Amino acid sequence: MSYDIVVEIRGLAGLADPEGLAIERALPSLGFEGVRGVHVGKMFRFVVDAPSEAEARQTAEEMCDRLLANPVIERAEIRVVSDGSVERP
Amino acid sequence: MTTDIGIVCFPGSNCEHDVARAFGALGASTRILWHQDDGIGDVGAVVIPGGFAHGDYLRPGAIARFAPVMAAVADFAARGGPVVGICNGFQVLTEAGLLPGALTRNVGLRFICRTVECTVESTRNVLTARATAGMMLRLPINHYEGNYTCDAATLGQVERDGQVLLRYRDNPNGAAHGIAGVANPAGNVVGLMPHPERASDPLGVGTDGVVLFESLLEAARTWQTVGRPSEPADAAN
Repeated sequence: MSYDIVVEIRGLAGLADPEGLAIERALPSLGFEGVRGVHVGKMFRFVVDAPSEAEARQTAEEMCDRLLANPVIERAEIRVVSDGSVERP
Repeated sequence: MTTDIGIVCFPGSNCEHDVARAFGALGASTRILWHQDDGIGDVGAVVIPGGFAHGDYLRPGAIARFAPVMAAVADFAARGGPVVGICNGFQVLTEAGLLPGALTRNVGLRFICRTVECTVESTRNVLTARATAGMMLRLPINHYEGNYTCDAATLGQVERDGQVLLRYRDNPNGAAHGIAGVANPAGNVVGLMPHPERASDPLGVGTDGVVLFESLLEAARTWQTVGRPSEPADAAN
């Protein structure tokens, strides 16, 4: 089975996000009032071949722990966005 | 014949020859260590120089830390060997878990390239051993991601245990407590954002970096003569 996975990387809560802040401050000048909590992160999307969704997710978690995220400053959120029938790219 | 200083070169490193030249001026022998080498040979200390290893892809240092040579560097560090990371090298060492904390983007979101004043804090490490606590050093910085960050417990520990070796006088990048350089608890692994090699020639921005490289050279030669543990199998690979 092939599972389409999205990983979202965000800075840990409380960590300075100057890029998000700069964007948030720019929004009112374009007329977007009342927008807050802007954060900038990273997104990874990939396909994992695995016997089950749980194992695909496990692989993604290990990838995050070892490479995709730095746990000192970031946290990763993993979403499996297919039911296992995704066509391999 | 042993080599005093081994300088690691990744694709994208760009300060390795500056570091070699600065150590050469002190009479040290140097050798460039390629990132795909399995070992570091018989060097007395390792320097991971500045640059943009592997293009800084993903995060600065994130790819470089998986280079074959880094396994040998980690082993050398674990045995007490002196290891110093400068700028991008500092980022590599934090990513590798050899130093606490992480380097994030400068708080002003600007790449900063200028000479700054730093105060020597602790001298209980291989890089500031010959300096004096409280002395001011003028050193160039040249980075976009030099904002030292760690959790509160780690920050308390590095301050309490004398792991902070260099602090900015006018914090240019938002670093926690203005930390410009930090050591591991044993003091044999050090990282700093400023570039001592660029302050090692009177024709440049001064010579305030020389005392740091003199310290490391002394640590390297001490390691060569008395510091090595008794004949580990991989010591001479």
